[in-house]
Amino acid sequence: MKKIILRILNYAKPYRHYLILTILCTFIGISLSLLVPVLIGQAVDDAVAAGQVNFDGLKKTAFLLSGLILISGMFQFLENLCINRLAFGTVKDLRTELTAKLETMPISYIDSHARGDLIARVISDIEILSDGLLQGFAQLFTGIVTILGTLIFMLGINLKITLLVVLMTPLSLIVASQITRLSHNAFQQQSKLRGDIGALTEELVGNQKLVKAFAYEERAEARFSEINSALGKAGRKATFFSSMSNPTTRFVNGLIYAAVGTFGALGTIGTISWIGAMSVGKLASFLAYANQYTKPFNEISGVVAELQNAISCAQRVFEILDAESEPDDSQYEILTSCQGNLEFHDVNFSYLPEKPLIQHFNMKAKSGQKIAIVGKTGCGKSTIINLLLRFYEIQSGEILIDGQSSAKFTRDSLRHQFGMVLQETWIFTGTVAENIAYGKPDASPEEIEQAARAAHAHSFIKRLPHGYDTMISDHSGLSQGQKQLLCIARIMLTNPPMLILDEATSSIDLRTEHRIQKAFEKLMQGKTSFIIAHRLSTIQNADWILVMENGHILEQGTHAQLMKQGGFYAELYQSQFAG
Amino acid sequence: MQKLLRFLKPYRKEMILGPFFKLLEAIFELIVPVVMAKIIDHGIAQQDAVYVGKMCGLIVLLGICGLCFALTCQYFAAKCAFGYGTDLRKALYQHMNTLSETEIDHLGTSTLINRITNDVTASQSGVNMFIRLASRAPFLVLGAIIMTLVIDAQLALIFLLIAPLAAFVLYHVMNKTIPLYTQNQKKLDGIARHTGENLDGVRVIRAFARQKRETEQFQDECAALEQRMITAGRISAILNPVTFVIMNLGIVAVLWFGGIHVNTGKLSQGDLTAFTNYMTQILLAMIALANLIVILTKAQASSLRVAEVLEIQSSMKDGSEQVEIPEQGEILAFSHVSFAYDHSGSNALTDIDFCLHKGQTLGIIGGTGSGKSTLAALISRSYDASEGEIRVFGKPIQNYKLKTLHQKISIVPQKSVLMTGTIKENLLWSDPDIPDASLQKALATAQADFVQSLSYGINTHLVQGGKNLSGGQKQRLTIARALAGNPAILILDDSMSALDYATDARLRNALKQNYSDMTKIIISQRATSLLHADLILVLDDGLCVGAGTHENLLQTCEIYQEIYHSQMQSGA
Repeated sequence: MKKIILRILNYAKPYRHYLILTILCTFIGISLSLLVPVLIGQAVDDAVAAGQVNFDGLKKTAFLLSGLILISGMFQFLENLCINRLAFGTVKDLRTELTAKLETMPISYIDSHARGDLIARVISDIEILSDGLLQGFAQLFTGIVTILGTLIFMLGINLKITLLVVLMTPLSLIVASQITRLSHNAFQQQSKLRGDIGALTEELVGNQKLVKAFAYEERAEARFSEINSALGKAGRKATFFSSMSNPTTRFVNGLIYAAVGTFGALGTIGTISWIGAMSVGKLASFLAYANQYTKPFNEISGVVAELQNAISCAQRVFEILDAESEPDDSQYEILTSCQGNLEFHDVNFSYLPEKPLIQHFNMKAKSGQKIAIVGKTGCGKSTIINLLLRFYEIQSGEILIDGQSSAKFTRDSLRHQFGMVLQETWIFTGTVAENIAYGKPDASPEEIEQAARAAHAHSFIKRLPHGYDTMISDHSGLSQGQKQLLCIARIMLTNPPMLILDEATSSIDLRTEHRIQKAFEKLMQGKTSFIIAHRLSTIQNADWILVMENGHILEQGTHAQLMKQGGFYAELYQSQFAG
Repeated sequence: MQKLLRFLKPYRKEMILGPFFKLLEAIFELIVPVVMAKIIDHGIAQQDAVYVGKMCGLIVLLGICGLCFALTCQYFAAKCAFGYGTDLRKALYQHMNTLSETEIDHLGTSTLINRITNDVTASQSGVNMFIRLASRAPFLVLGAIIMTLVIDAQLALIFLLIAPLAAFVLYHVMNKTIPLYTQNQKKLDGIARHTGENLDGVRVIRAFARQKRETEQFQDECAALEQRMITAGRISAILNPVTFVIMNLGIVAVLWFGGIHVNTGKLSQGDLTAFTNYMTQILLAMIALANLIVILTKAQASSLRVAEVLEIQSSMKDGSEQVEIPEQGEILAFSHVSFAYDHSGSNALTDIDFCLHKGQTLGIIGGTGSGKSTLAALISRSYDASEGEIRVFGKPIQNYKLKTLHQKISIVPQKSVLMTGTIKENLLWSDPDIPDASLQKALATAQADFVQSLSYGINTHLVQGGKNLSGGQKQRLTIARALAGNPAILILDDSMSALDYATDARLRNALKQNYSDMTKIIISQRATSLLHADLILVLDDGLCVGAGTHENLLQTCEIYQEIYHSQMQSGA
């Protein structure tokens, strides 16, 4: 815990002048504001009774008081500004570092972590961190200064009553912590149920059409109702318990207030002589201090919870920052061009050590050849892509490019030699042109249009509301086929010597599919291509076929060879024509 | 808005008693400074210890009563708000179930989800805070002003000046910062979206070696957000210091003019102390009031959004007849059916005409946007035809009660969606009383043998959306789910796309053998899946450009030829 706090403070280092200023301003602002009750008391003492008002004194005090208030207000304002700079600056640095870190993480890390969870760390965890930690610290600091300050002032007025106040402090602490404990459980239950009802709603309302199609409405309502009533009960409890805290602390403060007033008065009268007498003005300012003194205590339990929350969020952020990045390869050779001769030489690979996947795999692809990868969905075709582009590193053996081990090149320069069009298209929020130019950001509009034409995407882009400048995103209503055409246009623009293509299985309209097919053919001319094949024509035309199942390479060879073998491929091929 | 008031009606008692008890507490709270003033003026001045003791007891007593009253109010507030919220949420969900797909499409499911979760919660906490604060804060302000008026009307003028000023500042700052914070939230959402896109597209980004640029872009976005946050923070940083200054300067004014009044004997020293106390009380109440206004504004916006959904009525009229399935003969007939989606000018389907008999198979082929799924949606009466007539089981489709119709017509949508729960629970969606034998038959037909190899078999738990299954497995389960209810008409809307050709073929064979009475409609992109259909419709841009058997179409329909050849032997 200490380590984490220190580490966070380390991030605040570039803003340490703001931190120092914050502390300074808080100190001055609060000290001055604490003087206010003293002066008010003085002023009250100057106005004793009719004809006994010391106007000179009153005037002096009033001026002093006004100045004090203005200066204190100014410092409070400055303090807020400094805290803002400190908090938001630290958060910016941390978030920038975190997003940068994600770009260097091995693909295996991103594959094995839930998307939502990673986003939550970048967004909400850092938000909670900034709210909780920095502002929590500020509150804590303000609280401590206030408590110490009021104690000093109260001691200055009357030692005995101060002791009385201090002795009563645990009362408000106990009450606050008891209520927190009571409401904590109820809140936990409430947030669990709220999560449940959110998930259920998401599922039922998100699939409203299905609910209707199966006439499931009544049962859906019953399920909804059940969680809903439980949520209502838990929410009522949690809210009631937590709303007890205000009136209760008000009550405790009232008790302290009464005690101070009574004992102060009794002391002044002389009934309890050991308390000692004080003026009415002093009593008034003492009462004001007693009020201010108890306030931070009421807030402390909340601040502690907030701090704990912030620290656990920081921990989640640091978890990513501490994870290992892809090894640095900036010293490696840069592959500037290649002919596209590819060879797998005795390659072994598995995602999990206990589950061997690809063993002793050998294959040669000459420049310009087409390699078809065939297999059922989920047969592990993506593994081949992962290895070719070095998203995952092979465990032993070699992948050779033009006779040279691909491991000796930088990953980026190696990947530049490949073009990849997957069925799971990736369109980011931006204009059509930006999406096409993703691999070549400095491409001219003419180049972009040319690539789009080559990919048969130009005609539909023209029909979009703003043509190439139309803003699109993954959910902006482009059809799956149109998205794939854009992805092809991307590759048309970069024109790499090697290709990895994923043929569509469905959900693309036939005309578009025809276009994609033509675009693919154009793209493949003279290039070494790996095609994840679903159509017969592609497979038949391939120079080499890899047949995969369950992540393993089952068979490989030419179409004729594999048919003769009469194995899995032959069966798969024949089933195409089974009515 | 009025629509939501009826949800508060059952809690009328709490709505009235809650604020009433809060009012009592506030009254008691206002009396305390008066008592304290009495202690100073009377107790100390007259050296009357007994009096001081009595008054002290009174303050404690007032505190205890105040506490009890406040707790009572909090209880009523929680009871009323959560009762209201729970009823509202339930009613809203029930209402959503009565809407037809036209309305659901129009609103969008994410909107609906938002309304039922966030908006109802906001409306609920609005009610809660209203009961808790709406009486207390204004009353404290008013009460304090009245008390001071009673003590010294002239001096109270200061309060009449300061209170509105503080209220104005509070309201103004909040009014300014709230839109800024909303904008910041949007920026933050932008970073979240960008992060998500980067995670989704991690392979493409790496393949194009664009990490550095992405990093720079994030850097810019984070820096822009920082700037905005600092701007918004600057305005809200003013709030506390300014209210502090206003209130305390008010106290200075009270002290000065109060001093004059004390000198003339209009005011006592104790009264002066009480005056300063009231000033602090007003400040605190003002802050609570400003918060209340913010919460209520939010709650009102949310309530309006909820009411908006509740006001929408289904555009589809339910029929009254029960479904009776004829022994044989016509099961489904479209006569010159055209259809256009709400608000869209052009037809999604134009002049569709066909007839299907019991046990027959209809194949529909065509590109995306050609109207295949729309046709399927019309058969299950998700929408009503704009022109022409659809007859199901020998009668117009509008005659039937929707629920019974849906029980007899099952559709397997393109996107396979399964629900959280066990496989069995999913299969029982159409009817909880399906016997196990029927489930087994459905699973076997759908080629979902893999279920047996799962460690818990049919009782295996599926995480949300069936994420722990492959695409093909999910598709087979959704087909089995539709079969389990033994519908009279089964529609497979491109729902075998993730199956390989062999499985696809086995499934169609099994369907023919095990469910021979069932009328099947198969929508597919694969010509091979439809080879043996009794009738194939070729759709292109909402028009039926060919109808007939495979052999017929190969001879007569140009588009069909194109499709078939491109899939079968093009390039060979």
